[in-house]
Amino acid sequence: MSNHLLRSHAPISDHNWQTLDDEARDRLGVALAARKMVDFSGPHGWSHSATNLGRIDAVGSAPCKGVTALQRRVLALVEVRADFAISRSELRDDDRGAADTDLESLDTAAHQIAVAENRAVFHGWPEASVTGIAEASPHQGLQLGNEPGGYPRPVASAVELLLRSGVAGPYALALGNEQYKRVVETAENGGYPLLEHLRKIVQGDLIWAPGVDGAVVVSMRGGDFLFESGQDLSIGYLDHDADVVRFYLEQSFSFHVATPEAAVPLKA
Amino acid sequence: MGFDQYHEPPEELPPATRTFARLCASLTEEAEAIGWYEQRLAVETDPEAAAVMRDAIGEEYKHFSMDLEFLLRRSPTWREIAQGVLFKTGDIVEHGEEAEAEAGGENGGDYSEDGSGSLGIGSLRGATR
Repeated sequence: MSNHLLRSHAPISDHNWQTLDDEARDRLGVALAARKMVDFSGPHGWSHSATNLGRIDAVGSAPCKGVTALQRRVLALVEVRADFAISRSELRDDDRGAADTDLESLDTAAHQIAVAENRAVFHGWPEASVTGIAEASPHQGLQLGNEPGGYPRPVASAVELLLRSGVAGPYALALGNEQYKRVVETAENGGYPLLEHLRKIVQGDLIWAPGVDGAVVVSMRGGDFLFESGQDLSIGYLDHDADVVRFYLEQSFSFHVATPEAAVPLKA
Repeated sequence: MGFDQYHEPPEELPPATRTFARLCASLTEEAEAIGWYEQRLAVETDPEAAAVMRDAIGEEYKHFSMDLEFLLRRSPTWREIAQGVLFKTGDIVEHGEEAEAEAGGENGGDYSEDGSGSLGIGSLRGATR
């Protein structure tokens, strides 16, 4: 049994595969912010190509008189891939029991593919027919600002906007790299951590979201944002030479927003 | 009611594995119910009561089948073996041995939980950072 990932063709041991899979899983689990906030459907497999939108388009003309036609509208899945290479001597050391195998190239690929997923979900990807949560939201115009001490006000405004739109909580706050760092290192007057204050405002979690610009407050009630996975994140084998083995991280997915008003972007 | 379907600490299990375990538990319950109804029907002398139970066991057949199909969709290796065994005439044990041998040979370097080669990450809702 072999599939398109061609894992059995890689000149590496079972133990090496375990090491690579574990490392990728660890790195991705931290950075895949979108999956912590949106509904996830699947995985439906590599051969799954499109998401049913339940919508139709008119077909201008029919092949003959006496018939009419409608065409189903679907959202095609996008395949995303990040290549990486691991030194064969490092892989041999891994088999010898080395605990510090150099997997930097895999780590970089994992981060890149996580950022791509986060950006597609939160900010869209027009070339792949993905509309993001932030761009779809009708609640535009709130600024986070540069001073972390000022974050509670726009975050509270965002929660209030959601409540006014009839969007129930709990909510979560996705924070871009810089914004997350500022929040974590800031204590308000009296030493109360800003992180805790913001958690109380959103009645939910703050999530580090690499790839997100600014921040986004999202309702976690479910049913609003739909991520459909074809092949879930997997490592495949590409090729090798005497020195390195080349692999790739890959997945296929679609994303669409069912309730645009269920999130509020906060610009940096 | 506890969390008996988990053999490992639930907080250490990925969501997809927890869902798989729940459906395995459900499959077991449906099979038990089928066994119970078979026994009750075997001893029931009231035809009206027997009719009600025949209707009920039909529900259990349906639930069992749906649970099984869900699990097979999530486990390609299990599905492959099941395809070699189910709905065939002939020697059941022979079919089983053959199906297992075919599925268990070359695994494509795939050591993933569901046989797809995936890292099995799935949904991370409930995970925070």
